[in-house]
Amino acid sequence: MYIYDDYDQQIVDQRVDQFRDQTRRFLAGELTGEEFRPLRLQNGLYIQRHAPMLRVAVPYGHLRSDQVRALAEIARKYDRGYGHFTTRQNIQYNWPKLEDVPDILADLAKVQMHAVQTSGNCVRNTTTDQFAGVAHDEIIDPRPWCELIRQWSTFHPEFAHLPRKFKIAVCGSVEDRAATWVHDIGVHVVRNAAGEVGFKVIVGGGLGRTPMVGAVIREFLPSLHLLSYLDAVLRVYNRYGRRDNKYKARIKILVKAMTPEAFAAKVEAEWSHLKDGPMTLTQAEIDRVAAFFTTPAYQTLPAEDKGFARLRSENKAFARWVERNVFKHKQPGYAAVTLSLKATGVAPGDATDAQLDGVAELADRYSFGEIRVSHEQNLILADVQQADLPAVWEAAKQLGFATPNIGLITDIVCCPGGDFCDLANAKSIPIAEGIQQVFADQDYLFDLGEIDLNISGCMNSCGHHHVGHIGILGVDKSGSEWYQVSLGGRQGHDASLGKVIGPSFAQDDVPGVVRQIIEVFVEHRQGDERFLDVFDRVGMEPFKSRIYQKERAHG
Amino acid sequence: MGKHPHIIKLDRSNGQREIVANHWLRVAEGCDDTIPAHTLLPLKEWLERRDELLGRADVGIWFAPDDEPEALGQDAARLSIIAVDFPAFTDGRGFSIGRLLRERYGFAGELRAVGDVFKDTLLYLRRCGFDAFEIRADKDVEEAAKGLDDFSEFYQGAADQPLPLFRRRGG
Ligand code: HEM
Ligand code: SF4
Repeated sequence: MYIYDDYDQQIVDQRVDQFRDQTRRFLAGELTGEEFRPLRLQNGLYIQRHAPMLRVAVPYGHLRSDQVRALAEIARKYDRGYGHFTTRQNIQYNWPKLEDVPDILADLAKVQMHAVQTSGNCVRNTTTDQFAGVAHDEIIDPRPWCELIRQWSTFHPEFAHLPRKFKIAVCGSVEDRAATWVHDIGVHVVRNAAGEVGFKVIVGGGLGRTPMVGAVIREFLPSLHLLSYLDAVLRVYNRYGRRDNKYKARIKILVKAMTPEAFAAKVEAEWSHLKDGPMTLTQAEIDRVAAFFTTPAYQTLPAEDKGFARLRSENKAFARWVERNVFKHKQPGYAAVTLSLKATGVAPGDATDAQLDGVAELADRYSFGEIRVSHEQNLILADVQQADLPAVWEAAKQLGFATPNIGLITDIVCCPGGDFCDLANAKSIPIAEGIQQVFADQDYLFDLGEIDLNISGCMNSCGHHHVGHIGILGVDKSGSEWYQVSLGGRQGHDASLGKVIGPSFAQDDVPGVVRQIIEVFVEHRQGDERFLDVFDRVGMEPFKSRIYQKERAHG
Repeated sequence: MGKHPHIIKLDRSNGQREIVANHWLRVAEGCDDTIPAHTLLPLKEWLERRDELLGRADVGIWFAPDDEPEALGQDAARLSIIAVDFPAFTDGRGFSIGRLLRERYGFAGELRAVGDVFKDTLLYLRRCGFDAFEIRADKDVEEAAKGLDDFSEFYQGAADQPLPLFRRRGG
């Protein structure tokens, strides 16, 4: 993990002072609400339905156990004893008091954390693969590059007031687990034919109102040029992105309007001035940052632990948990464990203070004191010995984090929706619970295989419904809450957007509709086919005719 | 538009700042006759009368957010003052304009931020090459000046300090 030096610490400490002063001036009437708004947003502070909401940055989803304990303490001290992990690997508190926020930030700064640029029209938290550094299919560890981007983007003076928010995701493995094709910039760390490290750069992806898959604007950017090239992309966007209409202000609209080729040419022209300038990375700096992400002190272990293998063959529940929640590690004898924050009846992504403390404890005992957050809103212990898996399983059960459903239909990605969010058209948390209840039978659930189900309470798409195999979107129809269902979306290298199945449904009907979708899938399934494969083979029609056979839907 | 009584003037060589009286009048459009001394003209108008005005140190230019520094080009190096308008502080285009004028077009005169300018953007402005700040009339100028010191270290290179922290980080 990256550890702050005096410079990093001073920067977050000065941020606390700055925000304390801004809050004081707002409360004293020296800053209007309109002036304070962009300033507080740049510090992750929204004013929501019930109270302010504070979004704390978890850079590229990495946490140390002391940081997780600090998050638990904040939940206890300033909130109602829980936090919510988001699809951008951050954590949100739903009930802090505005006056307390400077103190919360001060507590965070003590453990090298902050809320810098977690909202607002600036460069947001850089996200990556939750299995970075341990994934069996990793080509290059993306984390040093994420940290370099974090530092470059932190308080970047030129890009503090962009036309709209700006999100960067980095991926360094064969499978794309960071949704890089639907970010403002997606960076793939790659090697060229000569074996040199560099980046493939994708721009203009995004979800929201106008969902789009990004376009490659550079096949290979040599690694030393990462930051100067990002400066060039952001400068073109800052100058030419639309500012007249907030729904057309994302970079994807600019890239589409200019065409990716013309946009790429504009970036190259800008970059020709910046290339080889002072922002060119030095090998010394790359090495300095990379040194924080070395492999932990692994033991030399057999590829398969005997005790683990035995329990796996004897105990079906354990085997099931291993199959769903344990990810293949590149180090023999080790595994990455996903703690599921998707138990039925709990808002997806929520964790209590006691659960957070429990996770910190597990990390200290079994995983070198580190925890990761995935963009599917789960937590990960990345370096667990196979021999410890039975103990970790037991402990995770105690915490309520052992639901064996990672990648299954009940591992729902879900935004806070109408229960918390001012922008919502409809609730999303109760929909998630209703659907989870349909699949309460573990055997049935398990047999269905991988299905991503995503729910957003409005077009802003915080729940990534466009890239869910099944996507559910809250829509407003003359004041009541309705839901539009889409099928066939996906993330990863073949990212594409789901297609709407037809007219929307009333809240009570949604779980039943999902049940029917699954029934159709099962009827058409050949062998172990995945939901997506069946959908790609049979198309929308069978689903549509089943669901709309009775006059359930309206308008 | 018009003339603000006071501006904060920053000495870029040593970081000292003082609050000084403002001599410059920013106009929406010039007149057909000789431009009076201490006038800030819109970029477009200055460009139309470039040959007449290029030699005049007592006439400056102001940029709107969608004006392009490229249109002025190397002439920037011969001007004594340029203002950049921020109609709203959340319109960040002026930051890029400032950096381009300083870093690409060699502008060495006074770079002045005007419009919705107050404490909370001064430091970013300074980093983008600005050294004069026309604080909004309803804000306290002395208090605003403190915003220049909100941070003392920065990760990235910019107009004020071209070297990023990684080229300066000692051991
Ligand atoms: C409750 C407070 C929240 C508010 C007011 C809010 C607001 C918004 C808005 C307005 C957008 C659309 C921006 C645009 O398209 O330009 C957006 C997008 C997004 N939000 Fe949220 N959000 C909230 C909570 C969350 C949470 C809890 C998550 C994670 C679970 C989240 C993750 C995202 C993501 C990933 C996007 C990106 C989609 C994209 O633009 O490509 N948001 N949010
Ligand atoms: S998708 Fe809409 S309802 Fe859900 S959190 Fe985002 S803005 Fe709120």
